[in-house]
Amino acid sequence: MKSFEEIAEIIRTNFSDIQIEIKSVVKFEPFLVISSDKIDKICLYLRDYPELCFDSLVNLSAVDDFNGTKVKDEQGNETMTGGTMSVYYHLESIKFRHKILLKVITDKDNPNINSVVSVWNSANWHEREAFDLFGITFNNHPDLRRILMPYDWEFGHPLKKDYQNPEFYQGMKIPY
Amino acid sequence: MIYEFFYNLTGNSILSGSIVALLPLFAFLLPFVLFAILLERKVAGHMQDRLGPMRVGYHGILQTISDIIKLIQKEDIIARDNDKLFFNIAPVLTFTGSYAAFAVIPFSSIFLGVKIDLGIFYIIAVTGLVVAGILMAGWASNNKYSLLGAMRSVAQIISYEIPTILVVLTIVMLTGTMSLIELSENQIGYFWNWYILGGPEMSLQKLFLIPFMLISFIIIYISTLAEVNRTPFDIPEAESELVSGYHTEYSGMKFAMFFLAEYANKFAVSAIIVVLFFGGYQSPFGYLGNSLGMTWLVPIEQFFWFISKGIFFVFIQMWLRWTLPRLRVDQLMAVSWKYLIPIAFVNLLIIGVISLF
Amino acid sequence: MSIRTEEMVLNMGPQHPSTHGVLRLELTLDGEIIIKVVPHIGYLHRCFEKHCEVITYPQVIPYTDRMDYLAAMGNEFGYVIGVEKLLGIQVPERVEYIRVIMAELQRIASHLIAIGTYGADIGAVTPFLYCFRDREKILSLFEITCGARLLYNYIWIGGLSHDLHPDFIRLTKEFIKEFKSNLRELNNLLTYNRIFIDRTANVGILPLETAINFGITGPMLRASGLKWDLRRDDTYSVYNKFDFDIPVGEGKMGTVGDSWDRYYVRVLEIEESLKIIKQAINSIPDGDVTSAIPKKIKPPVGHIYSRVENPRGELGYFIISDGSTSPFRVKVRAPSFVNLQIMDELCRGHLVADVIAILGSVDIVLGEVDR
Repeated sequence: MKSFEEIAEIIRTNFSDIQIEIKSVVKFEPFLVISSDKIDKICLYLRDYPELCFDSLVNLSAVDDFNGTKVKDEQGNETMTGGTMSVYYHLESIKFRHKILLKVITDKDNPNINSVVSVWNSANWHEREAFDLFGITFNNHPDLRRILMPYDWEFGHPLKKDYQNPEFYQGMKIPY
Repeated sequence: MIYEFFYNLTGNSILSGSIVALLPLFAFLLPFVLFAILLERKVAGHMQDRLGPMRVGYHGILQTISDIIKLIQKEDIIARDNDKLFFNIAPVLTFTGSYAAFAVIPFSSIFLGVKIDLGIFYIIAVTGLVVAGILMAGWASNNKYSLLGAMRSVAQIISYEIPTILVVLTIVMLTGTMSLIELSENQIGYFWNWYILGGPEMSLQKLFLIPFMLISFIIIYISTLAEVNRTPFDIPEAESELVSGYHTEYSGMKFAMFFLAEYANKFAVSAIIVVLFFGGYQSPFGYLGNSLGMTWLVPIEQFFWFISKGIFFVFIQMWLRWTLPRLRVDQLMAVSWKYLIPIAFVNLLIIGVISLF
Repeated sequence: MSIRTEEMVLNMGPQHPSTHGVLRLELTLDGEIIIKVVPHIGYLHRCFEKHCEVITYPQVIPYTDRMDYLAAMGNEFGYVIGVEKLLGIQVPERVEYIRVIMAELQRIASHLIAIGTYGADIGAVTPFLYCFRDREKILSLFEITCGARLLYNYIWIGGLSHDLHPDFIRLTKEFIKEFKSNLRELNNLLTYNRIFIDRTANVGILPLETAINFGITGPMLRASGLKWDLRRDDTYSVYNKFDFDIPVGEGKMGTVGDSWDRYYVRVLEIEESLKIIKQAINSIPDGDVTSAIPKKIKPPVGHIYSRVENPRGELGYFIISDGSTSPFRVKVRAPSFVNLQIMDELCRGHLVADVIAILGSVDIVLGEVDR
């Protein structure tokens, strides 16, 4: 069993060229911030490095950080532009019983993260869900389709904070 | 026989023929089905710690009648892509196949549709129509579940016909007759004359026969269970897999026809077992009519014994159904080809050898 | 002469007797042999996560009930633990004990459904009704406790909605006594039935490495041979005070990790839960169950991942707070959602009838898969 600091140190020494941000100032759970194009490599390393052996991806959650700049149009309606979305990876090693939380931040206008399905198969549906509800594209995902919403849902990704319900879906009025 | 009786009464061969043809249907089959469906539901209910139907009539005795009224009122749905000709013929054919078997089943010494010497042969041949009906229904429904169910059903019935026939052959070899009425007459007297206990001849041979007759009985009971698609062999209808198998697409009266055929079949196979092993319509303890000197009572008693024995075996079918899980297709085939057929065959040989002495 | 053959696509569900709700499986068949299974979900999607963003923290609890509706107590438990950690509340001992009793009773009720419906899937309808008879008694216990039979809203942040009914402990003891013989009867009728074993042993074997890689948790993971139970390995509430075993699959009737093992682990878990309940009701302390309920629920900025061992596996809530009265984001790691992914892996090469046997042993609740 290794503490968070030890694990962070191992990653930092092995991936010196990758920018890793350690945040433990936020209350409750410390996490590492990793850039979106290196997450798959780091995850593979975390899984295969014998002293870490993170063999299980417990959870993968996407979040709309809702931190863009507010813009007011002529009618006085506020809209958000820019900002980021983040994806949290909860990893756990069943062998050593240690846990770690990784965070990937991506641009909200063009969310794009490397998929970790090749590392853990359990990421498959989690990533599909993140794609479905947030519109985050996972590169190299084998089967990136909508999962909870209908396949023909063309009105955006509902868990985004600025999502608006459409008026009609297949002739049915939605805000009934 | 009953045909001669009506011929003498009406003097018209066609009319009396029709009466004889319809008699088992109305005098026996419909009441039996009404009763058997209720029995099934009551048996299921009580085995499962509940009461079963209770609302219609006293303890739900009119439940089946109300169900039939409901079925008659229902719309007869034919989907656009069904093969209409076959779709309509299939239930009729299935029912005909199972009903035709009743022509030779001896309910009592006088209540017998037609007396033919090849009774058992006829039953095995004519129930083949059921297979055709089921396959037709599965194909014409144009539904993948129905088709899978029908295919399974046909494979199953054909495989299980072999052990059935082997056991029938055992009895035929032993007795030298294929006539059901003759088989029944042979077992007259008390229950130790039944073929399950070695037959009517009192000799050492009888003692040797008893264990092998028991084996024969078990084989034929298992394989007839499979032939009428009952649990643990209810794979064609496997409710949890194939929804309802070949009759998924049927509604209203056509569905009722399948249902009727199923229950008719259930009794028909029980009747065959009763005739082959359990004395047919013979009473196990002699006749009240004979000892009272009222010979007209004897056929009625015979009718009573035949129905009771038949319903007893139908009851066991129900008991098994609500106790056992269902086999898988390949296991079902394995039971037939790997176990039942070799055992039945060896059994046939042994009984043949015993009967030589 | 060669016969042209082609694969058949069979659509199982969303209206099908054995898909345990509105799951749609697209089976590609070669004859009756499965080549591929594609699950389609989302027919029961009720936007739980979106709802959470506009309602306050206590208002989320009734919604959690409606996810895994067969184990509503467990759902509330996991969520409430998370929010309490965010708030930094210590709840009274009595509350913890009652929560554990309720969660374990719920586990029995949920496993009874899993076992019963599994029997019904295999074709034995009678055990199904036996299981429901016993579950009914547990539901009556819940009913005298909080008035509801299925969706309770009983476990609140910092406490409980009601204290135990004065008769509860007596009735629970009676239930345990009666249930033990019923369980023996069930084992005789179904568990050791030869046909049942033939149908389930060596069917859908799940090796341990595959299971871990697919994130499988709960009875499925334990059936593959790993002693992993969050109640012991990442203990929460007062589970560390009780003595209980963690049953694992041993391949008694076939291979480790087959459908029979998955089924049997659930049967054994029922017995372990009975043990925990017995210990808990004998040592339950006195106290006030509502004293620690906070007046105002407004957690500080931060995030927490709280998880509990639900009957179907690890139920996790990832709660992000932005300092207001409603959560900024709640992500649910639903055990059924993750476990269902394995279907294609398990079913390939088996027969259509085995799909039912495997799906039943995975034991999903669609309310949780779709949320």
